Amino acid sequence: MDKTINQKAWFLVLPVFLVVAFSAVLPLMTVVNYSMQDTFGNNQFFWNGVGWFKELLDPSTDLGGRFLASLGRNLFFSLVILAIEVPLGIVVALSMPRQGWTVAACLVILALPLLIPWNVVGTIWQIFGRPDIGLLGYVLNAIGIDYNYVSNDIDAWVTVIVMDVWHWTSLVALLCYAGLKSIPEAYYQAAQIDGASRWAVFKAIQLPKMNRVLLIAVLLRFMDSFMIYTEPFVVTGGGPGNSTTFVSIELVKIALGQFDLGKAAALSLVYNLIILIVCWIFYTVMTNAGNERKPQEGAV
Amino acid sequence: MHSIPGRRLIMGLFLIFLLLPIYWLVNMSFKTNAEIVSTMTLWPHAPTLQHYKRIFTDESWYSGYINSLEYVILNTIISISVALPAAYAFSRYRFLGDKHLFFWLLSNRMAPAAVYALPFFNLYSAIGLFDTPWAVALAHCIFNVPLAVWILEGFVSGVPREIDETAFLDGYSFPRFFIRILVPLIASGIGVAAFFCFMFSWVELLLARTLTSVQTKPIAAIMTRTVSAAGMDWGLLAAAGVLTIIPGALVIWFVRNYIARGFALGRV
Repeated sequence: MDKTINQKAWFLVLPVFLVVAFSAVLPLMTVVNYSMQDTFGNNQFFWNGVGWFKELLDPSTDLGGRFLASLGRNLFFSLVILAIEVPLGIVVALSMPRQGWTVAACLVILALPLLIPWNVVGTIWQIFGRPDIGLLGYVLNAIGIDYNYVSNDIDAWVTVIVMDVWHWTSLVALLCYAGLKSIPEAYYQAAQIDGASRWAVFKAIQLPKMNRVLLIAVLLRFMDSFMIYTEPFVVTGGGPGNSTTFVSIELVKIALGQFDLGKAAALSLVYNLIILIVCWIFYTVMTNAGNERKPQEGAV
Repeated sequence: MHSIPGRRLIMGLFLIFLLLPIYWLVNMSFKTNAEIVSTMTLWPHAPTLQHYKRIFTDESWYSGYINSLEYVILNTIISISVALPAAYAFSRYRFLGDKHLFFWLLSNRMAPAAVYALPFFNLYSAIGLFDTPWAVALAHCIFNVPLAVWILEGFVSGVPREIDETAFLDGYSFPRFFIRILVPLIASGIGVAAFFCFMFSWVELLLARTLTSVQTKPIAAIMTRTVSAAGMDWGLLAAAGVLTIIPGALVIWFVRNYIARGFALGRV
């Protein structure tokens, strides 16, 4: 689209810039400040240079060990939920009814988990999974599977993953459905005339059309799972032991639990940097995908 | 050709998977605590409204809902009003640093709340806003303002540029054009953006809990109080949970066709 160049547009953007700068840049400056200092209470601060960062990236220290372990756990968690939610979301989107009131009903039910406060999502699964009062825990134990997410590491992990699948698969499904809906009927008719198989239709028509939305879905799911805090915190509290302590949970423990400002700040910066890099990669891929598509669309 | 074999079965199973845990919460909220702990029943055998009654009559409970609504509404108003002009600028003009600014906004939507919890606590304590709805409302702007800009930008781009030009030729000043012509044209977009600001502010807990202590505790933080010396008050917890789902469930019908767009930052 041809936009006119107009520097006065900055006046329109200024309010947004100020509000976001106030709540993003200003706090981040304090974080940078803290990350270089040490404190022994009483608001007395001492210069510590890059000491915290060195400690953070060295797995042999307490801080570094905890950070790298939680980072590993978090990456593993993100990859697992992506591997489940993306294919499942595509399947669900392909299973949407074609027309009639059922479409609206399915959309509403699909969207329901997305609109539940995150701590309530945690509460729902905390209750649902309990062996004594929860349906899931009770049934699993009744059929002979020893399931207890409070004491068993693997059960805790399964619970947290199933909870995330429950919470967010709908998002992937809704995005894919939006992508699928944009495919003109003529494409399918052409495929039918060519005698294309179901799989060929999916590969040649539906998947390319969903490319863009899938990219967004992967970005959002990766980011949100990478900073997940509330849901696992409510269900497992990071336990048993530290087995479900993700980066955000570790960070809040250090920052608000121990009030270790320097360590927390250094962790925050590294954490933020990772997010920023991943975000930038996705953004570049996304804009490039958009640019490549345009000439094609013009040709069709 | 659109869909796959066995789609009804797949859809049915998935919907049951989604609804079952919610059903269990609703089910528990109508049971007495004695029934919850002693037996495993698929529906309440002695249905009771005692938990709901407790929430609606005990001020320390229902004030939580009011506190949450307060900062959520404040945040929605701030987000939409600053995002509207920016969305117009991004949609119509090219200016110095526009792409970088756009990316910067996106990166803030992705920033982990845990990183900001402590600095926000210091910042809002320093300027005397700690434990007021304003603190949470402003803090939530960090992810809601970018979201609102992105959603509204899509809707503004859907308005043909000729409309702007005609209005200016007719002698409309910019503010008058904005309020009298543009805002009514994208009213549905503003509704969608407002819904998502409301929703994302409503579901967030970490910042809301960190920035409040006594006066303005959100409902999500109050819910953690159900643990007492006598054990968990499961029924009360379930009832409080059900009540937090209701706002979303009520308006979901109106935005059902825009859900994907809202969650995808207006990029669908």
